[in-house]
Amino acid sequence: MNANNYLVLAAILFTIGAFGVLVRRNAIIVFMSVEMMLNAANLAFVAAARITGTLDGQVTAFFVMVVAAAEVVVGLAIILTIFRTRKSASIDEASLLKY
Amino acid sequence: MIAALIGLPLFGATVLLLGGRRTNSWGHYLAVLMSGSAFLVGVNQFMKMVSLADEERSLTQHLFTWIAVGRLEVPFALHLDQLSIVFVLLITGVGTLIHIYSIGYMEHDENRRKFFAYLNLFVAAMLLLVLANNYLLLYVGWEGVGLASYLLISFWQQKPSAAAAGKKAFIVNRVGDVGLSIAVMLMFVTFGTVTFEGVAQSAANANQTTVTWIGLALLLAACGKSAQFPLQSWLLDAMEGPTPVSALIHAATMVTAGVYLIARAHAIFDLSETARTAVVIIGAITLLLGAYIGTAKDDIKKGLAGSTMSQIGYMILAAGLGPVGYVFAIFHLLTHGMFKAGLFLGAGSVMHGMHDDVNMRHYGALRSFMKITYVTFGLGFLAIIGIPPFAGFWSKDEIIHAAFGQSILIGLATLLGAGVTAFYMTRMMTMTFFGEARWEDDVHPHESTNTMTIPMIVLSFGSVLGGLLLLYVGDIEHWLEPVVGFAYPAHSVSNTVLIPITLSVVLLGAGYAWFKYGRRPVPVTAPTNVSFLTKAARADAYGDAFNEAVFMRPGQHLTRLLTFFDAKGVDGVVNGLAATVGGLSARVRSTQSGYTRSYALFIFGGAALIAFVLLLVRL
Repeated sequence: MNANNYLVLAAILFTIGAFGVLVRRNAIIVFMSVEMMLNAANLAFVAAARITGTLDGQVTAFFVMVVAAAEVVVGLAIILTIFRTRKSASIDEASLLKY
Repeated sequence: MIAALIGLPLFGATVLLLGGRRTNSWGHYLAVLMSGSAFLVGVNQFMKMVSLADEERSLTQHLFTWIAVGRLEVPFALHLDQLSIVFVLLITGVGTLIHIYSIGYMEHDENRRKFFAYLNLFVAAMLLLVLANNYLLLYVGWEGVGLASYLLISFWQQKPSAAAAGKKAFIVNRVGDVGLSIAVMLMFVTFGTVTFEGVAQSAANANQTTVTWIGLALLLAACGKSAQFPLQSWLLDAMEGPTPVSALIHAATMVTAGVYLIARAHAIFDLSETARTAVVIIGAITLLLGAYIGTAKDDIKKGLAGSTMSQIGYMILAAGLGPVGYVFAIFHLLTHGMFKAGLFLGAGSVMHGMHDDVNMRHYGALRSFMKITYVTFGLGFLAIIGIPPFAGFWSKDEIIHAAFGQSILIGLATLLGAGVTAFYMTRMMTMTFFGEARWEDDVHPHESTNTMTIPMIVLSFGSVLGGLLLLYVGDIEHWLEPVVGFAYPAHSVSNTVLIPITLSVVLLGAGYAWFKYGRRPVPVTAPTNVSFLTKAARADAYGDAFNEAVFMRPGQHLTRLLTFFDAKGVDGVVNGLAATVGGLSARVRSTQSGYTRSYALFIFGGAALIAFVLLLVRL
């Protein structure tokens, strides 16, 4: 099976994720979209590793997983705290930090 | 022991200034005590000095090293020799008498303690000036007396005229001080030292031009402090201060500091003919200018101030004559210190009895109301116009004699000055004590209290005997000779010819004044249809008008221009930059909306742009 197909799939998944980040208001959905983009990137790394026959892409994919896990912990904690104080998970309402 | 001279009055000033109102009741006694004990210390030192041989008479007390930076080493050392000791005795002696006089004169002033604190401060600073052993330390005393003078001229600062006069004295003196600082710097650069001794030793090997410039810079300093042309304008306004201040600072001591400076720096002036000539010319101009201004003043103190200018002109002129003159400059300084202080105290006593009116046109016939003042003032009058055997005769005659030795023109100037002096002093005397009474009915002239009359009486002894004693008993020529040098004038008019001529000129001036003011009634208001010369003299020979037109107005325009440039130019650039950045930021900050999705769009947009550009570059 041609490895380039995986790259195309990664691009499709990344676009869907980016679209989700831009258009959805619910913080959880936005978060899920971010995860999707990360995993699309992982897929691209692994596919690239397969094409070039080296391990670099695979190693990077592991790094991304670790960072993503850490990010989930912090991000979910923030979202929960915001939800508790504002009774809403809409990211448009959490817009106090501005000029 | 020398340090005690300065320490005593300085202690008095410190206690009175820091002690505040608690010292109000006894402050003036402490000040008198400190000044008086400094005088006793001075007398003690003088007695010791008299018993020593000529070459052992100069003492140096090294207190500590004041400044030691690289090549520059300035000791804080005091030097007492034949020249300083006469100044010490004059300053503390006349100073103490004026302290006593001030007890009575300032009795009703609520700030009397402050006045005495400043007087003590002045005495300390003046003693530091004459006791310093180097030019830099002398500079400290020089500025100290300037400060005391400023504080005391504007002592009645609630009067705008007094406040302005103080400021004027301060500013004009700064011009002279620039001269002194330049001289000190030149000395350091040229000789590598600023002590009197070091400068005197190395001056002979130095470049002639440099020495001349040092001399001229010192002359500028002397002009400022001694109110010599062209820096004379402050002295007449300085009469706004209380009269004891005029007597002590602006007649007897501080204004003669310039003469001291020139005599002290004689090593410089001995080497430079040009600098000496400049000194003589300045002295001659001032002695005529001051006397001329004195002839038209109706204000008794301003008349005396003009006279002070003129008499210091004599001293400066004598100092410029070189070794034939230094001794007589100091001699005239001493006699003048006594009789002029006496005259000022007399004027103060008259003012005290006349409700502080200074206009002589409101006086007249006071001789029977103020007998002591009349007699003491009269003795001072005889001394200043130079009637033998009173003090001024001896010193002024020696100066005229030495001046004729220099050149006929300078000699004639001093002779003319003597005549004009006789004129304005006789005018002052007749307008105040003779003629008919011209005061208002509610004025009751009366003699002053003992604290005021006793110093006047003591000083009048100086006016009578000072000259004789100094010349014949003190042998002032040979007393000062080891310090400043002395030579008889080489070829001058013989004294047997000169004295009768001088006396007849003096009598001519006095007689003319008597004819004009003694025999005719004096109008109560000053006549306005007078000659141009009188008008000019009343306006201080337009010295103020000149300074105002040439220095003050252009200066004000310059500052206005600079402020404009500062506000619009320098501030304009800085403020404009800030305004641009601020305006731009106001526009940019609207992108900080706080909406996460909007930021995300920027990030994606940016990333897409970069990707697009990368692709474009590769293709």
